[in-house]
Amino acid sequence: MAAWMQALLVIAVVVGLHVPLGDYMARQLDGGRHLKPERAFYRLCGIDPEREQNWKHYLLALMAFTVMSIAALFGLLIGQGRLPWSRGTGGMPWRTALHTAISFTTNTSWQNYVPETGTGHFVIMAGLGVQAFASAAVGICAALALIRGLVRHSTEDLGNFWVDLIRTVFRVLVPLAVVAGLLLIGLGVEQNLGGNHTVTTLTGAQQTLIGGPVGSWEPVKLFSGDGGGFFNASSAHPFENPTAGSNLIEIVLMLLIPTAFIRTYGRLIGSLKQAWTLLAVVGILFALLLGAGALAQSSTHSTVAAAVGGQTEGTETRIGVPGSTLFGVSATASADGAGAASYDSFSSLGGGVLLAAMMLGEIAPGGTGSGLYGLLMAVLIAVFIGGLMVGRTPEYLRKRIGFGEMRYVVMYALVAPTVILTCTAISIALPQDGAASMGNPGPHGLTELIYAYTSNTQSNGSSMAGFNGATDFHNGLMVVAMLLGRYVPIAFVLALAGRLAKQRPGVVTVGTLRASGVNFVTLATGAALILALLNFLPALALGPLTEGLM
Amino acid sequence: MSAAMPVTDRPDPASETRVRPPDTTGPRKVGAGMLDPKQLWRALPEALRKLNPVTLVRNPVMFVTEIGAVLTTALAAVHPSLFAVLITGWLWLTVVFANLAEAVAESRGKAQADSLRRTRQQTTARRLTDWPAEHAEASYREEQVAAGQLRRGDFVVVAAGELIPGDGDVVEGVASVDESAITGESAPVIRESGGDRCAVTGGTRVLSDQVVVRITQEPGDSFLDRMIALVEGANRQKTPNELALNLLLTMLTFVFLTAVVTLQPMAVFSKHYNAAAHNTAVVNGNGVTGIVLVSLLVCLIPTTIGALLSAIGIAGMDRLVQRNVLAMSGRAVEAAGDVNTLLLDKTGTITFGNRQAAAFLPVGQIPARRLAEAALLSSQADETPEGRSVVAFARDEHGLNEQDTTGAAWVPFSATTRMSGVDLLSGRCLRKGAATAVAAWVKERGGTVPPALDAAVDQVSAAGGTPLAVAEHDDTGAPARVLGVIHLKDVVKPGLKERFAELRRMGIRTVMITGDNPVTARAIAAEAGVDDFLAEATPEDKLALIKQEQAGGQLIAMTGDGTNDAPALAQADVGVAMNTGTSAAKEAGNMVDLDSDPTKIIEIVEIGKQLLITRGALTAFSIANDIAKYFAILPAMFGAVYPSLHALDIMHLHSPMSAILSAVIFNAVVIVALIPLALRGVRYRPASASALLTRNLWVYGLGGVLVPFVAIKLIDLLFVQFIPGI
Repeated sequence: MAAWMQALLVIAVVVGLHVPLGDYMARQLDGGRHLKPERAFYRLCGIDPEREQNWKHYLLALMAFTVMSIAALFGLLIGQGRLPWSRGTGGMPWRTALHTAISFTTNTSWQNYVPETGTGHFVIMAGLGVQAFASAAVGICAALALIRGLVRHSTEDLGNFWVDLIRTVFRVLVPLAVVAGLLLIGLGVEQNLGGNHTVTTLTGAQQTLIGGPVGSWEPVKLFSGDGGGFFNASSAHPFENPTAGSNLIEIVLMLLIPTAFIRTYGRLIGSLKQAWTLLAVVGILFALLLGAGALAQSSTHSTVAAAVGGQTEGTETRIGVPGSTLFGVSATASADGAGAASYDSFSSLGGGVLLAAMMLGEIAPGGTGSGLYGLLMAVLIAVFIGGLMVGRTPEYLRKRIGFGEMRYVVMYALVAPTVILTCTAISIALPQDGAASMGNPGPHGLTELIYAYTSNTQSNGSSMAGFNGATDFHNGLMVVAMLLGRYVPIAFVLALAGRLAKQRPGVVTVGTLRASGVNFVTLATGAALILALLNFLPALALGPLTEGLM
Repeated sequence: MSAAMPVTDRPDPASETRVRPPDTTGPRKVGAGMLDPKQLWRALPEALRKLNPVTLVRNPVMFVTEIGAVLTTALAAVHPSLFAVLITGWLWLTVVFANLAEAVAESRGKAQADSLRRTRQQTTARRLTDWPAEHAEASYREEQVAAGQLRRGDFVVVAAGELIPGDGDVVEGVASVDESAITGESAPVIRESGGDRCAVTGGTRVLSDQVVVRITQEPGDSFLDRMIALVEGANRQKTPNELALNLLLTMLTFVFLTAVVTLQPMAVFSKHYNAAAHNTAVVNGNGVTGIVLVSLLVCLIPTTIGALLSAIGIAGMDRLVQRNVLAMSGRAVEAAGDVNTLLLDKTGTITFGNRQAAAFLPVGQIPARRLAEAALLSSQADETPEGRSVVAFARDEHGLNEQDTTGAAWVPFSATTRMSGVDLLSGRCLRKGAATAVAAWVKERGGTVPPALDAAVDQVSAAGGTPLAVAEHDDTGAPARVLGVIHLKDVVKPGLKERFAELRRMGIRTVMITGDNPVTARAIAAEAGVDDFLAEATPEDKLALIKQEQAGGQLIAMTGDGTNDAPALAQADVGVAMNTGTSAAKEAGNMVDLDSDPTKIIEIVEIGKQLLITRGALTAFSIANDIAKYFAILPAMFGAVYPSLHALDIMHLHSPMSAILSAVIFNAVVIVALIPLALRGVRYRPASASALLTRNLWVYGLGGVLVPFVAIKLIDLLFVQFIPGI
């Protein structure tokens, strides 16, 4: 009962906060005046904020920014031994540094290193911290371009990437990080520039406690959909997530921006009804995942679980099984790689639910920006089938979804399953390089492997910790998976936006499929579930399904 | 031969417009063409020919299925087993069934094309040289050439009993023509030079008189040639929505191919982990056997819709042909489903072509009977439909019979006098016509025009009618005087109001186009129930209206027949030309209605929608099927390795092999089972989008989830489990 109350509380808070935040983002992110510091910054960088870009230029700017980000972060990681507050950490080996740079730039933040010993404070603040903001903003930029493609007509202009980037970071993400950071620090999350403190515990053992800028990093780690922890244990560590109360705040932070962005979408397209429709789809998907996860995690099927009354292994007692489940489902459903428990220790079906949340395309509510464009792609497929079913060329928001548009929708949908399944198959076919990293034999080992590549491809970043990704083979393959999984879809999103923007809008009549109402929500939810999960079912059968049905 | 040809026995022009009253018996559905089981059998050879991979590659789903069948054939040849042979057989049947669907759809068109071809006999044309001559009295030379050698711009003469050698326009003379070869309608039609009734079609027969025709086609590109190509589907191209859907199906096929290929290393890994599990015909140390892997793939890719997709498109065109409409492209049929504004000409479409007398309105103190008698007398010799309707109205409503008018002089209508009438032997003159013209006539003869005339005229106009003033003058010396007004009424065809209401429910706006003044137009528009009207419209106005509506995002459909309709027909998204119309109109439109029934555009819209709905519904059905197939195949595939997966076998199928075979059989049989639906189209009744979505989502979406569970279980229970060794 307490578990459901907790979930309902989180959902109520998220839904309540999403209205003002979504409206605020809509006001700040599109149109309006440039602020004085922004103008100064644009002048400094030689950016003409009034010049809009077509989809190719928008993509070019986005990719240029990405390459610069990767290079800068790579440099910081390689040379961190010479940076201040490095706590004695040396430069990262180049392979790990490359993986880490790409991991944080792509908003994945899979960590093939141990944060406690691998990264110093400067790198966290100036490198990883900056990318947490930037990578989240890049997702929102791509989504803004798609929204403009839907709203505008007879034009090629999709906005200016640099303006979108700056506004997202400084008008939305930074203020939110300040507020949430103060809140979390108040609840006991540490925030200092201290180094390692060796203390003697009550039992007389020696323990090293690490002080660091956790409170400033924690909020952005969560709401950006980034998720890389200051500590290896991420939000299961008491310095990151001290109480059940902070746990709830952290869950809300993960879900807040992607949910609010649906509202922003509704404002920008001028239809709050459409926003509520999408929120209903997201809500149903999230409820299904949470329900399934809670069911799996509270089952007392196995011996140990029966003895203690739940899947408590790997769970922090501060947070408990329901809190950990809610955290896990929220993290995987919102493209956030954080964890408040060991996902490897989730029950088989519970782990399967986390996998499913990512395989769904992280659309419930998904990552910052990426959640919305992923959701819209699923909606467009639903609109396509539904449009045919009412006897018209499919339309969405008065734009026709024909061959040229479907081309990008379809290619977008191809990327994730292809990359995930191919990487998994390659890994498992190479026992020396690939399968050797599994922490467990048999189905659970396979689950860990599928989880790793799903997490990397979908920019999630969470892991089943039994799996060792820090080998040259996986390091390299993950780099490929992260890059393909993040930027190929973004390219298709922008190409689609460009096509939609050029169209002239049609008219809405009673003969037009309305993308709202019970039937449409059913169709969109069904299409998202069936189309995403059908691809993965054979692989899931050999992993979590077989394990869970034992 | 003289330039002026005798015109005799001018046939009744009324026989030309065959207007079918719309069916008003309750809610309609787009009719079905029945599927004769024999058709399947007859189409089999063609279906086998279509196994050629070069042609099949255009359908990626079935192409992958065929590759799969080739693979299993090879595997079955290397390691023969009953299971392998049965699976292989059913995979081939899956491809054949898909081809069968297409072949059956095509065979109907082919039969029609054959009958058309029979009418395209080799004819000899009488080509005229030196036509037209500079001197009217000159004579022309005539030469015999094969019809196939006629070129655009040639002139030919065709006499009664001869076949018209090619498409063209009549430039001289008038004739009645039997067009049954093209339209299937046996009543002859009139073709005459000038105006909008000049087009003739090659292959039709002149029944009376003689005409000179200017050929407007190049050899091999006649209307008949194009018609044959169209019904045969010779150069059928995929329509935009079909292409987009094909893209979605290709994506699904690719993803499932990836899923199945990448499954194998995982299967090998799992089998090695659980090495104690027995090797079976389904899974062994080398992973899942090839036969089963291919079975899984074929069951997962959307074979049902992939197999039926082209049949649905061909059948849609065929349904139009059955209604005597020729669509020049599938694109036009699809566009018809998207139309949101219908432009309808008032005359002939909304109203019967002829106006009819509906009331006699006497002015001043004139007795009603006197006006009725005057109207009757003035119209007795008037053979126009309006004139005849006045006679009929006087008889029916006033009990007056035709009177003896021996020796009377009939004054025909002319554009300058705008009056017609009669001068009787008694010296009494009667005139009826436009109010202003009649008023002037009365004033000339010393009469005065009472203000009541204007009132009556306005009253008639406001009601959407045409006022005809009636006046008389006799030789008694009295001044001429106005008697009253005949109310000529446009008669709106029965049942149209309901049709337009239906269209409104489908989200389609109707706009009436008329040359009438706005007052009259408004009245008729209200009576007919159209949403909007364009009064005093010129062809330029019509074109401008279409462009303006299109700029607002509307898709426009219209019908037309005249040469001045051609630009509008070309501009409209769906332009339906009447077969009676000019060749310019037929060239400009993207459909030709052989029945020349302007209301048929409503059926065309419905067929277009039905075509898309059928595709969407079967796509949803096909994808939803996968859920049940997984429940059959996954436990069968891996149950031997991980017994826990047997929990998924909720259908309790006989054995792993029977489960896989049953799923494959279902996958093949469902194609044949749905061929009638694909050819007929799903049931369609005009309704709003949300009503349609509700219905189709639950019937085909939910049905697609549930049906295969039952069907696969039944196939297993009734047949497959009895096969020894399976």
